[in-house]
Amino acid sequence: MSVPRYWREIPRRTRLETVKCSECGTVAYPPRARCGKCGSSNFENYRLPEKGRLVTFTIVRNPPKGFEKMPPYIIGVVRLEDGTIITSQLTDVEPEDVSVGMEVEAAFRKVVEDGDSGIIQYAIKFRPVVK
Amino acid sequence: MRKVAIIGTGMTKVDKHWRKSLKELFGEAGIAALNQTGSPAIDCLIVGNMCASDLSDQNNIGALLADYLGFVPNTAYRVEAACGSGGAAFLAAYSAVASGMYDVVMTGGVEKLTDGVGGNTTLSLGKAADAEYELFYGSSFVSLNAMIMRYYMDHYGVPREAFADFAVLMHRNGSRNPFAQLPFEIKRETVLNSDMISDPITLFDCAPVGDGAAALILCPLEDAKKYSDDFVEVAGISGATDTINIASRESLLSFRSTVTAADRAYRMAHISPADIDVAEIHDTFTITGVLSLEDLGFCERGKFHKMMMNGAFEPGGVVAVNPSGGLKSRGHPVGATGAYQIAELFLQLTGRAGKMQVPDASIGLAQNIGGSGSSTYVTVLRRV
Repeated sequence: MSVPRYWREIPRRTRLETVKCSECGTVAYPPRARCGKCGSSNFENYRLPEKGRLVTFTIVRNPPKGFEKMPPYIIGVVRLEDGTIITSQLTDVEPEDVSVGMEVEAAFRKVVEDGDSGIIQYAIKFRPVVK
Repeated sequence: MRKVAIIGTGMTKVDKHWRKSLKELFGEAGIAALNQTGSPAIDCLIVGNMCASDLSDQNNIGALLADYLGFVPNTAYRVEAACGSGGAAFLAAYSAVASGMYDVVMTGGVEKLTDGVGGNTTLSLGKAADAEYELFYGSSFVSLNAMIMRYYMDHYGVPREAFADFAVLMHRNGSRNPFAQLPFEIKRETVLNSDMISDPITLFDCAPVGDGAAALILCPLEDAKKYSDDFVEVAGISGATDTINIASRESLLSFRSTVTAADRAYRMAHISPADIDVAEIHDTFTITGVLSLEDLGFCERGKFHKMMMNGAFEPGGVVAVNPSGGLKSRGHPVGATGAYQIAELFLQLTGRAGKMQVPDASIGLAQNIGGSGSSTYVTVLRRV
């Protein structure tokens, strides 16, 4: 991963900052050049909520290159409190304890390291809400 | 717009072709198609391919293959739409002939997956998804489809075994296909007991990794007789898209790209789903096959299993689905798959499909998906 390519996405991937259509209010995550609903290209900055519920998930056992040391790890689709849906990893939970519908919250975590001297990539993952 | 015909096809067996390179595979399919049609001058070559730049260190596939097949200096280029590359290339070739820009066009697809080493193939195939917002988190292509499968099972209460039965049917069909990569029958237990890849998807829910090439030659319908006695008409065709990121979709229970492309292709051909005799659908995973049956209008949502067990998707039923064995058993040389589907329908509609033949097949449909439903190409062929 080149440093600029990683750096460009920091606001989205680590702070959940995205955009909302100024005309119809549709949230775009990730940002788009034109609104898929109304066609407007006027957007305002918008921050996604940090809590939501798990819509579906899977446990990756046959990973792509770069993630060889990680399995089994959990990829999930989360519906945030404002209805926006986002894909990320689940963290701080064992695969057997994950269930659809569980309440989750954002957690800042390491995703992967680029070898011995490359950048360390971070992002928001989701963890179960502990009551 | 001119009417367009397919006048000849060629395919290699889908396999792990260790001795053959990318260009040799397409060369074999291309020569077979040329031999069937009296070797006409090819005005333009449009070929589908997904992974050559990652796995074979090769771009500029158009020139590579035009050179290898002796088409220089005529037009040649590659079309890429992930697993939908073959269908997208066919749409471009159709448009090229229909518009009057070119008269005789060769299209098709080629993929050489076994030159990939280790996790490179998984990574390369994963690039069909959103690199920054899906792959970044360690999603593989399988894992995105696995999440769709779990959601479907939860939503409709469909048991996991129902998907295994879809794979069983595909393998039964594929056991009759001389071009299939996995031409053998399996049992439900084969699927259930195979290795877990990404829960709930096991190895036998997945199309295998293999190499292959298929070529098709198109010309204006009115000229078809000059080249061959066996030809079929392209009666309807369309391509459509959905968001690249599955999380951005309105629903995970349907591929909007398939619904849209099918609707447009049906209207263009003046037919409804009930008119189709034989369909080659895109079953990268068992869940993809099931969603495709529903999105194409062949069965009610959530109800495929009972219909399938009653023979609805076999000859004599609602529609004969994947007599080739589909991606599951014939194999899935990704960028070539869409071309295989159309070549197989050509054999069906010209009565030359051998043991796979669907009796009296006169209208065929091919549905080729790129990504997890982010693009779909639907082609309707009619016997002339």
